[in-house]
Amino acid sequence: MAAPKTPVTLPDYQVERIGSQIAEGETIKSARPHALSDAIFNYCPGCTHGIVNRLVAEVIDELGIEGKTVGIAPVGCSVMAYDFFNCDMIEAAHGRAPAVATGVKRVHPDNVVFAYQGDGDLASIGTAETVHAATRGEKITVIFINNAIYGMTGGQMAPTSLPNQVTQTSPYGRDVSKVGYPVRIAELLSTLDGVAYVERVTCDSRQHIIQAKKAIKKAFQNQIDGIGYSLVEVVATCPTNWGMTPQGAFQWLRENMLPYYPLGVYKDVVADGFANAAEAALERAKDCPIAQQGKEA
Amino acid sequence: MADNTQAQERVLMKGNEVLAEAAMRAGCRFFFGYPITPQTELAAYMAKKLPLIGGTFLQAESEIAAINMVYGAAAAGARVMTSSSSPGVSLKGEGVSYMAGADVPGVIVNVERGGPGLGGIQPSQSDYFQATRALGHGDFYMPVLAPSTVQEMADLIYLAFDLADEYRTPAMILADGMIGQMMEPVTLPPERDPKTLPAKPWATSGHKGERAHNVVNSLYLSPEKLEQTNFERFERYAEIKEKHQRQELMFCDDAEIVVVAFGAASRIARTAVRDARAKGIKVGLLRPITLWPFPTKAIDQVIANGAKRFLSVELNMGQMVEDVRLAANGRAEVSFYGRTGGVLPTPEEVLVQIEKLAEDMERGE
Repeated sequence: MAAPKTPVTLPDYQVERIGSQIAEGETIKSARPHALSDAIFNYCPGCTHGIVNRLVAEVIDELGIEGKTVGIAPVGCSVMAYDFFNCDMIEAAHGRAPAVATGVKRVHPDNVVFAYQGDGDLASIGTAETVHAATRGEKITVIFINNAIYGMTGGQMAPTSLPNQVTQTSPYGRDVSKVGYPVRIAELLSTLDGVAYVERVTCDSRQHIIQAKKAIKKAFQNQIDGIGYSLVEVVATCPTNWGMTPQGAFQWLRENMLPYYPLGVYKDVVADGFANAAEAALERAKDCPIAQQGKEA
Repeated sequence: MADNTQAQERVLMKGNEVLAEAAMRAGCRFFFGYPITPQTELAAYMAKKLPLIGGTFLQAESEIAAINMVYGAAAAGARVMTSSSSPGVSLKGEGVSYMAGADVPGVIVNVERGGPGLGGIQPSQSDYFQATRALGHGDFYMPVLAPSTVQEMADLIYLAFDLADEYRTPAMILADGMIGQMMEPVTLPPERDPKTLPAKPWATSGHKGERAHNVVNSLYLSPEKLEQTNFERFERYAEIKEKHQRQELMFCDDAEIVVVAFGAASRIARTAVRDARAKGIKVGLLRPITLWPFPTKAIDQVIANGAKRFLSVELNMGQMVEDVRLAANGRAEVSFYGRTGGVLPTPEEVLVQIEKLAEDMERGE
């Protein structure tokens, strides 16, 4: 892949580390990813958006793709992401990021296009766009932040809110007999032929953050290699709208979110021995003669 | 517009197919749409031809997805379009508003059918308000061009792409099922040389390390900033109003009665006006080609020429008549005649209306 023509120089930021394990007066150097702009995040304390934004930026840096990357940030707490990245960015309508990403990718197939979406956006108002971009096998990367609540609008019930979870619009708890069950996106999308890779990760610990970055990097690399649609679901926190401290939110995530949304790889066509999603789809439909038409001998 | 130095082809084609062919000749290489009657042939033509010239035809999962694909492709710098018919165009309203707010060009075709609701599939002009009063939420307009012949389908979609790019705005072709479905001889415009297409330095196509990053966005959390972007957009609208009003005038030099009609209705009105002239009535035809901007200067001109009465003839319950009334601004009386739901008036019906006005004027009413 082509590196940016202008060499990327990483600015050094002196970051004061806080915490009892740091000696007084000690500073460490933390290189801010070049793909991350100088804008100050407006995320709440304990929210995992900031971590994931940074992971995406680090991956863009490491793959050397900032100059050909276009990001799509739709409505929700992710809406300000166009301010946070140094690659070209488009702000999309609520739920429509996969359609906008499709438009960009079809015009510039060699660009790297990613959508960064929350749960209300991706799994409620944009379900059609999500499912169809995935089933078309759009060669895009989707980062899906699942924090089981609408953050930006102040804590309404999300498609991924857990059974009995109290929110502004489920004040007596999510009653599954009336409003149904949470949408499990990783499981749902893993059934679609156009999908190359789906993994669910979280960011509650250093170990999990390392795994999340690995998954995000793979989801970008898949796009560069033309393997197919890739999505990383990040089980995330929203302390503000969950009504918890950051520490309490992580505890709640471990106790309630992770058993409902188990971490792991839900689909990986490459690990399954295929070159790409198309090859895996062909194999699945091996008994359907019309689907085999045009298959190389 | 069309470069006359190139050999011009004259062919017999269907209106919907001409929209598609002329769009490709204007440099459109991306089409996103969803099936709906009566624009079907346009998408079918694109599906067949675009892949052969290196373009992309994609049938979207919905009208909403289609217009958002248009938004993405346009943001990425492409000449791009979508087409639909009335109920489908309603669904595109969200995306068109975002395109207007983010100053992204693109062409939307509406081959109108009767409404409201699912309505019918016969020709109609019932989406005049929707097209000219901002398709979607927010303070915006877009150029709306109304072809009345198959030839104009070609000419106006060519123009629509240029206006969209020049003013960074969505632009609409407001046709109807009649013009879309009928065949007429047409001289196709020449292929646009891609090198002559305007540069789009604002496009989000990857900064390649050569420029600061671009953002295509319609969100402004600062009220002052948002107001400023609206002010700037309306300065462009003022320029469009000043430079791009288009209309056709027939028998308007001495007309005391002026029939105002566009698209399919203007074809019927034209016959009625001719028949009325044959009967000695001083009547003319003003055919708006741009519905937005509405040809207010032409209204001024025919009033200066002595017009005392306007008759707006439409395939709806009376929509454009409001623009005629606003433009006349009390200087002439304005009346309306229309049929709706896919019913077309006959020229005789329109002639009766013209004769009534003529009699009223003779009696001094």
